[in-house]
Amino acid sequence: MNVRVLVAKVGLDGHDRGIKVVARLLRDAGMEVVYTGLFQTPESVAAAAIQEDVDVVGLSMLSGAHMTLAPLVVEALRQRGSEIPVVLGGIVPPQDLEELRELGVTAVFGPGASAAEIVTTIAGIVSHSL
Amino acid sequence: MTNESAQEEWRQLFDAAPIRPGTFATMSGIPLAPVYGPSSAEFPGVYPYTRGVHASMYRTKLWTMRMFAGFGTATDTNIRFREIIRAGGTGLSTAFDMPTLLGLDSDDPMSLGEVGRCGVAIDSLADVRDLFAGIDLGTITTSMTINSPAAVMLALFVAQAEESGVTRDQLGGTLQNDILKEYQAQKEFVFPPRQSMRLVRDTIAFTAAEMPKWNSISVSGYHIREAGSTAAEELAFTLANGFAYVELARQAGLEVDAVAPRLSFFFNAHIDFFEEIAKYRAARRLWAKWMKDHYNARDPKSWQLRFHTQTAGVSLTAQQPEINIARTAIEALAGVLGGTQSLHTNSMDEALALPSEKAARIALRTQQIIASETNVVNVADPLGGSWFVEELTDEMEREAEVIFAQIAKMGEGSMLEGCIRGIEENWFQGRISDSAYELERSFNSGERVVVGVNAFQEGNDEDDLATLRITNADEHKQLARLSQVRADRDDDQVRTAIERLTREAGDPELNLMPALIDAAKAYVTVGEMMSALADVFGRHVEVPSL
Repeated sequence: MNVRVLVAKVGLDGHDRGIKVVARLLRDAGMEVVYTGLFQTPESVAAAAIQEDVDVVGLSMLSGAHMTLAPLVVEALRQRGSEIPVVLGGIVPPQDLEELRELGVTAVFGPGASAAEIVTTIAGIVSHSL
Repeated sequence: MTNESAQEEWRQLFDAAPIRPGTFATMSGIPLAPVYGPSSAEFPGVYPYTRGVHASMYRTKLWTMRMFAGFGTATDTNIRFREIIRAGGTGLSTAFDMPTLLGLDSDDPMSLGEVGRCGVAIDSLADVRDLFAGIDLGTITTSMTINSPAAVMLALFVAQAEESGVTRDQLGGTLQNDILKEYQAQKEFVFPPRQSMRLVRDTIAFTAAEMPKWNSISVSGYHIREAGSTAAEELAFTLANGFAYVELARQAGLEVDAVAPRLSFFFNAHIDFFEEIAKYRAARRLWAKWMKDHYNARDPKSWQLRFHTQTAGVSLTAQQPEINIARTAIEALAGVLGGTQSLHTNSMDEALALPSEKAARIALRTQQIIASETNVVNVADPLGGSWFVEELTDEMEREAEVIFAQIAKMGEGSMLEGCIRGIEENWFQGRISDSAYELERSFNSGERVVVGVNAFQEGNDEDDLATLRITNADEHKQLARLSQVRADRDDDQVRTAIERLTREAGDPELNLMPALIDAAKAYVTVGEMMSALADVFGRHVEVPSL
């Protein structure tokens, strides 16, 4: 199975260490990874995800804006009729997890998530949604 | 060799230095010399300063305990600033939110969800006024961690000071203003590199002429390391950027001795204790040699690398956050043994959120324990002469020289050109992300242990740390403040100021600081000033690469 993932930085957060490392680790695990660069909007991410026909969108947010921006990415996808699941990684305090799931974020990887956990979870989500 | 005279020079400098009150002996009463070593050794306060920039080091003055803070509105951050001062902090350092760092107003559509989140929101002179309300800027020095809009923030700061009766020449502080490392590592850029460097040039020239107590740039390796570089890359990229700013100032007609003494540095204190200490020692020696030999600086102040240290945010774990206190203490000790001039200690909760007041206080207390209880402050460069630390220092120096040669080659002999081309060709960015990836693989394979992450996980589920919550209420408060400013100001004055800024930005010979200060006084917002400049300079887009 060829899993395609779009990894994206939405908003103004320039911290790109995590997203680049995770992207390479996903590639090491045999997935295809698309990265659209910094300062994306929810709309641009949704459009790219649909155009690239990816299986999962992975967001990386370390600036504290995740409660606002991550649900907007989910919304932008759904408005375009896409059911592509959205996962989120970064500085996300445990208190936010439940609300993020309610707002349609499929999985959240906190600051302590391991590479193995990220790879396994994404593979699981994809096989589930096929 | 001139080592006999190095010891003699140190002795003269030490005898002339004021010494703070205190007993310089061990806990058990053994008297301590201010520095140890044979007469053939290097000495602190003496070229090439491997062992410290001051002969008396912490016997004259402890490092500045400068805690970085900022969140919510200017009023919220002002309260935290006063808290830090009450708790014994001796310097302030302002963290701005993402929109401010990228030169956007709080009501810009791109700012949604980011206002006041990871720093304080500053839109106009009104916010700067509230930020420093009740704080004596004459006794507390202020550092402002901002880069792309650094010239704009300097203009706002000068405008605020003049409004409160403080003249430009009285202002002491530091502007980070290190745009090169933004393209390389932190990625908070607005304009293309060469246009950004014009603004840096303008701030260097303006502060050299009008603000004698101001440090124009804090050349920062911190973010390079946080983005994933090795210690040697942090050292070499940072110093190379420093050389680039010296060359930039020379192009603008300034003497090296008018510029180099106003550059300060900012390094990371990561968890590899001895490597970090060796890095600081090598940094001082390299800077001294390059300033003297390559750039012909004659003023010893140009040779002396002064630096701020911050413990490594990336070394902190979300698992068992209290154990981060131990990591931070060890890292802070490396900074002190390495001879830092100022220090920020991270709070235990920073893998999860901005620091709570309690966590920030514990971080400051960590510095106070090192300063007051451990006695490590009595002897300069206490690890000097250790075969291990001396060899590691030499190795750091060698590795940095190899990287300098690569950068100089990219710039055909010019470090300024080499740094800019290295950015344009993704050379720095690529090296940093390769190093980050290699490090991550060593964590994943278990080759490197991180307590609580890939070992010793008992206790990971007991997390009940109370973290700082920033709500959308802060964003709404700031939006209300901004619309009040827009309603109250004189629109004609605003228009005139923006027109002048656009006009002068088009003439690369002009210094933009006077136009920016006038705009600040007319309550032109940060976003409006930056947007006027972007109309002329264009905007930088990084080519995404993995």
